[in-house]
Amino acid sequence: MQVTVKVLRFDPEKDKKAHFQSYELEADPLDRILDVLNTIKWYQDGTLTFRRSCAHGVCGSDAVRINGRNRLACKVLVQDIGKKIQIEPMLGFTIIKDLVVDMEPFFAKYRSIKPYLINYDDAPAAERIQSSEERDVFDETTKCILCGACSGSCPPYWASGDFIGPAAIVNAHRFIFDTRDQGAEDRLAVLGEAEGLFRCRTVFNCTDACPRDIPVTKAIEEIKRYMLYRR
Amino acid sequence: MYHKYDAVVIGAGGAGLSAAIKLVGKGNVAVISKLYPSRSHTGAAQGGICAALGNCEEDHWEWHMFDTVKGGDYLTDQDAAEILAREAIDAIYELEHMGLPFNRTPEGKIDQRRFGGHTRNYGEGPVRRACYSADRTGHMILQTLYQQGIKNNVTFFNEFHLMDILINNGRCVGVTAIDIKTGELHTFQTKAAILATGGYGRAWKVTSNAHACTGDGMTSAYRAGVPLMDMEMYQFHPTGLYRIGVLLSEAARGEGGILRNSVGERFCERYAPTLKDLAPRDMVSRFIAQEIREGRGAGPDKDYVYLHVDHLGKEVIDAKLPDITDFARTYLKVEPYKEGVPIQPTAHYAMGGVPTNVNGEVIIDENATVLPGLYAAGEVACVSVHGANRLGTNSLVDLVVFGRRAGMKAAEYIKTVDFEELPANHESKANQLIGWVNAGTDPKRKEIAADIRKELQREMEENVKVVRNEKGMTHALTKIQELKGRYLKVRLQDPSSKFNTERLEILELGSLLEVAEATAKGALERKESRGAHYREDMLNRDDVNFLKHTLAYRSEDGGVSRLAYKPVSITRFQPKERKY
Repeated sequence: MQVTVKVLRFDPEKDKKAHFQSYELEADPLDRILDVLNTIKWYQDGTLTFRRSCAHGVCGSDAVRINGRNRLACKVLVQDIGKKIQIEPMLGFTIIKDLVVDMEPFFAKYRSIKPYLINYDDAPAAERIQSSEERDVFDETTKCILCGACSGSCPPYWASGDFIGPAAIVNAHRFIFDTRDQGAEDRLAVLGEAEGLFRCRTVFNCTDACPRDIPVTKAIEEIKRYMLYRR
Repeated sequence: MYHKYDAVVIGAGGAGLSAAIKLVGKGNVAVISKLYPSRSHTGAAQGGICAALGNCEEDHWEWHMFDTVKGGDYLTDQDAAEILAREAIDAIYELEHMGLPFNRTPEGKIDQRRFGGHTRNYGEGPVRRACYSADRTGHMILQTLYQQGIKNNVTFFNEFHLMDILINNGRCVGVTAIDIKTGELHTFQTKAAILATGGYGRAWKVTSNAHACTGDGMTSAYRAGVPLMDMEMYQFHPTGLYRIGVLLSEAARGEGGILRNSVGERFCERYAPTLKDLAPRDMVSRFIAQEIREGRGAGPDKDYVYLHVDHLGKEVIDAKLPDITDFARTYLKVEPYKEGVPIQPTAHYAMGGVPTNVNGEVIIDENATVLPGLYAAGEVACVSVHGANRLGTNSLVDLVVFGRRAGMKAAEYIKTVDFEELPANHESKANQLIGWVNAGTDPKRKEIAADIRKELQREMEENVKVVRNEKGMTHALTKIQELKGRYLKVRLQDPSSKFNTERLEILELGSLLEVAEATAKGALERKESRGAHYREDMLNRDDVNFLKHTLAYRSEDGGVSRLAYKPVSITRFQPKERKY
């Protein structure tokens, strides 16, 4: 089928402002949006710039705004979108070039919640014991691929560059509710700050945007509840 | 820009991060990665990581070692396989202690499931050996290791593309890399460089591999004078999604999934009566190829078969195979609860690569001479634990076990030596190459990189795939020569310096052409069938002439200059016929 793809372009070496550029091409309904971007880059316009790697939704490189919603370009098919496709970089991130955004502030926020198991005891000779039920509590939040789709869809994240954002909170959840972890207080201290958890306005955009189907808003609510009622 | 680190790890997947963590505190260490570490291809591994923990039923590391050797059709180096099987157990516990959320048994231990080629008591029947985290085991390993890197303040250079490995006075003394964000060339002077850059599945048309998997690390070593080992041993995974190759993990069959042909027959039991659908990958891929060849493939072109999990029930599917079934729904609009999923063999894993010894030290000849200061681990390396065919889950074991070992060996080494001077004009080779790519804006350069890549992929798909023969491989080699000629005239549309991914893709294509050539050449000269290397014109394994590793050397002007052969290490298990 013939599709029209409007892409937001920005080259820091020549553009003062971002602008849209249109491309027309033939696409298979089962093509991924990433395939469409590749076709444009390879055969029409080598300057078109975007990130991509795994091409099947597990690496998180190609999170972009497709017809107004944050999606992984490799997890959305042309037939899911239709003939008019508009692709922009995610909001809330600084554009480096075209669809490529600066991920550094995002990863800095991820690092701030201490995203690693904290356990002060000596490790046993074999595994630490954990029941399936205990593990289930944080199963969903282990799925995060750090694509940024949730944070980039979050109005408070757009409004304040300092808001820690849903992705970091999801990763805090993954450890706070892990029975093997002893670092919950450290993380709650970070999340309890002014730019932490309570900036969340429960908009649910994050849950909608997550390409891994993590119930992001629910995870945020679970930490809020835990923070308020744990003692 | 210039940097100086005691050790530099190139690649931030499972192997690179495992190595980096072992270097923490032993010297200052930097990790260079083409992507962000959390995006490395290790994260795409689904099914599991095996170790003979015996949590679910009796198991022993000797059985794991035997399966690895037999699975590799006896090309596996047995000293390495022994280390793999023994150290897997500690490596798994270490990952668990780092926080990896494995699925659990009712007693709260690490749960284990079946996988292809994993057997009890030297082949008697399937055993539950694969530890797993739903069907995102690789994702959890990658995340956990990256988290440890963050915890230990490892310095990451993200979105840096490796250009050259620098050798001076017979030692590896550094690397050069481009900062993709700025386009600037950086030199890293170091005492020890550890290659962990993964594989090159993008040389084929249908592949499970990421776009980033273009063999850059292998090519850099090859260009620096290191031979590539056993490149003809390239694995095709039996169950890639039809047309696009997105992987449906062997875990699906491990949990009881069944392959069926167009007439609904469970064909694997005809070929492998004991293990059936859980026979090793080389065999199952061949069974599928055979069914298709004999007209029992499905679809209008009769070119795929079905993977059925519908009989397992929603509960098992949702709990243990959620991603796999999600792929079928997303990309083929097929509902695995109710129907079979169209699949075909897909380019998946390089058993070959940069030759190393069991300590991850890179070796440069058939006498196993070490190149001081250079290490390799993971898919870029060939140690060789996978021989002619890798068993499912052994890649994740390989990268943690040998990633750790490379890191530990490098940590020892950097204590014993001083920095060696960089070679004169150390940036000139990289600058020359970049200059040549940039000159592609000249209107006389008309070749399109995507066309060359597509033709390469099609050629490899047709002639260097599951079933091979002399005629096809000779054709492939001629075609690759032609494409290399055309590559010299490749055009560049984007003249910018910042985040120039067009330039990057051209550099990557250069790597693909070189590794593909080494693959086809090694395959043409290996006149036998063994594991993944199956020749319809030479059906038998020939231990007299080919129980040995291939080493492909590069000539100065590119291309394979010669092949040499290195003996296989045989310790416990004498080669015999493989039956499952």
